[in-house]
Amino acid sequence: MKPETTAAGAPTSASGKGRIELQHVSKGYGEAWERQEVVSDVSLEIAPGKLTAVVGPSGCGKSTLVNLVAGFESPESGRILLNGRPVGGPSHERMVVFQETALMPWLTTYQNIVFGPRIRGDMPKKALHEEAVKLLDKVGLSEFKDKYPIQLSGGMQRRAELARAIINRPKLLIMDEPFRGLDAMTRELMQEFFLRLFEENRRTNLFVTSEIEEAIILADHLVILSNRPARVREVIDIDLPRPREFAMLGSREAYQYKRAALELLHEEAMKSFSEQQSVQAGLIEAISSRGS
Amino acid sequence: MLNNGQGASLGVRAGRMPMFMARIYRRLSATGPYFTLLGLVLWVGTWWLLCEVFSVPRFEKMPGPVVVLSELFSPQPFLGVSVFTEEYYAHMWASCRRIFFAFCIATGVGVPLGLFMGWSRKFRDYTFPILEILRPIPILAWVPLAILMFKGFESPVIFLATLASLYVSTLNTLLGVDSIDESYFRAAGCLGSKPHHIFWHVVVPGALPFMFTGLQISIGVAWFSLVAAEMVSGDWGLGYLIVDAYMNNVTVPMVIGMITLGFVGWFTSVLVRIVGDRMMQWRTRALAMENR
Repeated sequence: MKPETTAAGAPTSASGKGRIELQHVSKGYGEAWERQEVVSDVSLEIAPGKLTAVVGPSGCGKSTLVNLVAGFESPESGRILLNGRPVGGPSHERMVVFQETALMPWLTTYQNIVFGPRIRGDMPKKALHEEAVKLLDKVGLSEFKDKYPIQLSGGMQRRAELARAIINRPKLLIMDEPFRGLDAMTRELMQEFFLRLFEENRRTNLFVTSEIEEAIILADHLVILSNRPARVREVIDIDLPRPREFAMLGSREAYQYKRAALELLHEEAMKSFSEQQSVQAGLIEAISSRGS
Repeated sequence: MLNNGQGASLGVRAGRMPMFMARIYRRLSATGPYFTLLGLVLWVGTWWLLCEVFSVPRFEKMPGPVVVLSELFSPQPFLGVSVFTEEYYAHMWASCRRIFFAFCIATGVGVPLGLFMGWSRKFRDYTFPILEILRPIPILAWVPLAILMFKGFESPVIFLATLASLYVSTLNTLLGVDSIDESYFRAAGCLGSKPHHIFWHVVVPGALPFMFTGLQISIGVAWFSLVAAEMVSGDWGLGYLIVDAYMNNVTVPMVIGMITLGFVGWFTSVLVRIVGDRMMQWRTRALAMENR
């Protein structure tokens, strides 16, 4: 189907650049009579070597989307393809960097980073060690390699987690609000750090966030989801030049992107608001009619 | 505030000393041990006043600290047991050996049982109800059956002590597995773990903190039931020493037995804690950082 399929599997230089396609993906919870659809008919392409940011009103089903792509849950209908092949359960081809840190507290930074390749046994020991040392240096944690996660600051934990993900050479890196819970200063430093990291290798990246400015400065494509159940409301291509600088957020284009995105998000948020109100109104009506 | 200033100056002074001296200095300059000592003195003093000085009604039957301690440390004990008699150590040894076997069996069976129950839903469905039905049965109710089932003095006593501590270690281990955050399982899955990797690298280390709390309680429980069992059946042991003294209508060896039990029980539980701290460096450091 696509030329990339032939290269799939072997960790080649293009290993970080998978193509993800979501085709009419839907997912809901609960039994038929009280079914709640969370993701509804989402079709989306995450282009190889690009960073696709997904934003949406809170509680719209972003995390469910992450779970589906990661393979923690499977879609009820539709298909998710990686390089043309349907995806199964969780795999190191689609690495997730979690919302709150998910470093194993009982392993040191170093042990956490080598965890994946070590249990899979798919990397020679020496190469793995060298790679880990290189990555530790890159994320600035060489001195902290024998510390436990609890002894690291929030920003250090996120960097360690990034290193733990990257060492597996995933075809897709999934970031689920990775910088949430950090203070403003650390957050900005992390965004900048991540920007450099991405621009260096251009690994295909699905970046879920609720911060619009973060999305604009990082993304090539900005996907705006509708209110629950999540549908693709709009895809905005962000044409800011790379390498990106934070100063670009002050540019006219960035402002226009931001305004367009905020308008759509506002509309969606209003929908959920009025929906709640109408549900409430309906309930009140039902109760009062029963009373009379 | 005063405390803070002191702490800082102590830190500076301790910094110039060799390591071991600094450690001793810090030990001596901490207030904790002095409070412990004061508490002990107050407690023994109250005992002494109640029993020996004022002979308060109901307490006149209880031997006071002076009588007990002089008997305990006399080379020619009037009533048969003191730290200079072989008999004293034989009783202690008999009980400790039984506890050792009981605790080892209970841990060897209970911990894996708890781990599997936490790990596999199906296994839990099979075993949990049975455990819940057996658990409320008091250990003393098992005594007659244990004597009939097992020959000799040793095995029924060990059986009873094992039974009591088995429930505690199983349930606490199970609780430990339940306490592990879902995100660690997901992260491990993402990194390519097979079920047995998840068992060894997530379930086991994640359950350790609760498990060791459980083991500390379980060794205590083993002591309770051991003494109860020794009172009914036995020829040696601290429990037997207490009952034997009662039969002979002497109170001093009774209290000697009780005090010895207290100390030995405390010692064993400290041992378990030390082993636990050794195995959970990551947690010890975390607690140390929170100043606990």
